[in-house]
Amino acid sequence: MGSNSSNMNHIPDGQQLLQDTGFSAAQIIRLYERFEFLDKDNTGHLRPEDLETVPDLDMNPIGARIIGAFFPPGKETLDFGSFVRILAHFLPADSNRTRAGAQQEPANSTTGKLRFAFQLYDQDRDGKISRDELLQVLRSMLGLQVTEEQLQCIAERAIQEADADKDDAISFDEFRKSLEKVDIDHKMSIRFLR
Amino acid sequence: MTWLHFLSVSITVWLTLLFVFTIVPAVLGVSIGIRRLYLTTLLKIFEWATLRMEMEAKEKNQQLYKPYSSGIIVKEPPLSLQQGIQELRGSASCLHSEPEFEMADIFYFCRRGVESIVDDEVTKRFSAQELETWNLLTRSHYNFRHISLRLTVLWGLGVLIRYGILLPLRVTLAATGISLILVLTTLVGFLPSRELRFFLTEKVHVMCYRICVRSLTAMITYHNRENKPKNGGICVANHTTPIDVIILANDGCYSLIGQAHRGLLGMVQRAMVKSSPHIWFDRSEVKDRHLVAKRLSDHVADKTKQPILIFPEGTCINNTSVMMFKKGSFEIGCTVYPVAIKYDPLFGDAFWNSSKFGMVNYLLRMMSSWAIVCSVWYLPPMNREEGEDAVQFANRVKAAIAAQGGLVDLIWDGGLKRAKVKDAFKEEQQKLYSKVLVGEQEQGDNKSSEENPEEDKSYHGSANGQ
Repeated sequence: MGSNSSNMNHIPDGQQLLQDTGFSAAQIIRLYERFEFLDKDNTGHLRPEDLETVPDLDMNPIGARIIGAFFPPGKETLDFGSFVRILAHFLPADSNRTRAGAQQEPANSTTGKLRFAFQLYDQDRDGKISRDELLQVLRSMLGLQVTEEQLQCIAERAIQEADADKDDAISFDEFRKSLEKVDIDHKMSIRFLR
Repeated sequence: MTWLHFLSVSITVWLTLLFVFTIVPAVLGVSIGIRRLYLTTLLKIFEWATLRMEMEAKEKNQQLYKPYSSGIIVKEPPLSLQQGIQELRGSASCLHSEPEFEMADIFYFCRRGVESIVDDEVTKRFSAQELETWNLLTRSHYNFRHISLRLTVLWGLGVLIRYGILLPLRVTLAATGISLILVLTTLVGFLPSRELRFFLTEKVHVMCYRICVRSLTAMITYHNRENKPKNGGICVANHTTPIDVIILANDGCYSLIGQAHRGLLGMVQRAMVKSSPHIWFDRSEVKDRHLVAKRLSDHVADKTKQPILIFPEGTCINNTSVMMFKKGSFEIGCTVYPVAIKYDPLFGDAFWNSSKFGMVNYLLRMMSSWAIVCSVWYLPPMNREEGEDAVQFANRVKAAIAAQGGLVDLIWDGGLKRAKVKDAFKEEQQKLYSKVLVGEQEQGDNKSSEENPEEDKSYHGSANGQ
């Protein structure tokens, strides 16, 4: 496997990504091709408009939020390294090679995936999903198909179910607890070809 | 003096060879079989080259980068939104019998969204497809590191042959073909007798298209020629490149339809009209759909006129799929003759990526490829059935073409190459999701807000009851 890495000399951060994420060299090369394909004006960076050209994403109800996950507030461009690190959240959890002295939790662990999903809800990144934020997500996913009252009802129920300490917001731990029966690894993983 | 002598001799030899081996057979409609021999030899060379690359890679203990023609992600059968979300909830072993919102629902949309960023069905249709075997063209190449000296020499030889011999040859042929069209169609246009005009037009057209086909070194196999389009109908085909016209016109006379251009193309268009009826629109008329439809119907109603050739996708797609057919040509109500065209990209990819290459650049690339190989299938004629509207008819024809050509049948609009998706698609997704949450019976009930709080209370009631 080590000898594959010499194929990646033209990929920025190639070696680093191989070590940090769980992607194989072949996958990184393939992702780089996709990155270059999306990067229509060949600047080496992606902008939100580049991701918006994907029709499937454009018609996804939370498409804008997903794009937002790649471009945190203040960041207008996305380089290849960040692109891959975010996608690494979606690797199946069993694809981690044991790395000696790995300090950070790998992105594709259950906690890593949960954190990614949590941030889709928690747009202001204050560590809690407020009622407003929940309403916004629901509004995105349902559009004009339900009335305001229905929306409020749904949001109310969801908060009541998950909010353990009754502070009218859902913290990360409460979020994690409410999803403990869900097979997160399966549902938030993409089966990449080897 | 000897240089000049040498030059004139070589040019004479060149032209004689050209004449004997290409133009005369084209005029007579005979095929000597040179192209087939050429292609079989090339195939053997390509396979040898790929084998050598694999051996080299093995020696250096590296992996050959194989372009995944199936994508980056494992393709699973697509689930409907309903199934997807229920599967999600099923894994959480929910006991609630009524549908309601779950925090985990977002995973479904999130995963689909990120999957589409990594690999989606649509955007890759607008760029050339990838090859398994290397065909000695750098434009379709991924494994630069593995070329040995032998392969480089072979590649260099290929470049010399393609640009030094094939390209000038083809350009000469193309020029001959076009000038012949101009001259002969104008001459035929002067003839008084109508029958004679028709007869000669056909001959002239076919001859000129044959020369053009040879100028691209195109090997075309026509299947099911008994289904060839007849007068008073419309011929529809999938669109990959402007060369499609030449490929089809090589085997029959069609009326073309399109915008009137200026310059050389405009001259060709005007010359063509003199001897057979084509439909050229001014730029301003193009927008007027009724005008277009009227001219089409008038042409079709006249049984003596040739079938019209139309490409309903409206834009060039990379020949791995067929995209949405525009319904305009299917509203006219005449017989439709579907044709499927499938190119083999191994000897030269014919797809015109109009955002990457201009027309001249594209033609240059075409003429410096090894060859253009394609198959054309004539499908049995179709008519609009009772109770079928234009869109359904268009989809039926599209499915037939996709099935015959081995292409993926997509509902997406080729116009997505340049425009964004319509909001209607997103609303569709939202509608489906709200059905899962709020239940079928509430659909269309959004206006009466008095009822809803009671319905919701009943949710709460039964939820608490459990």
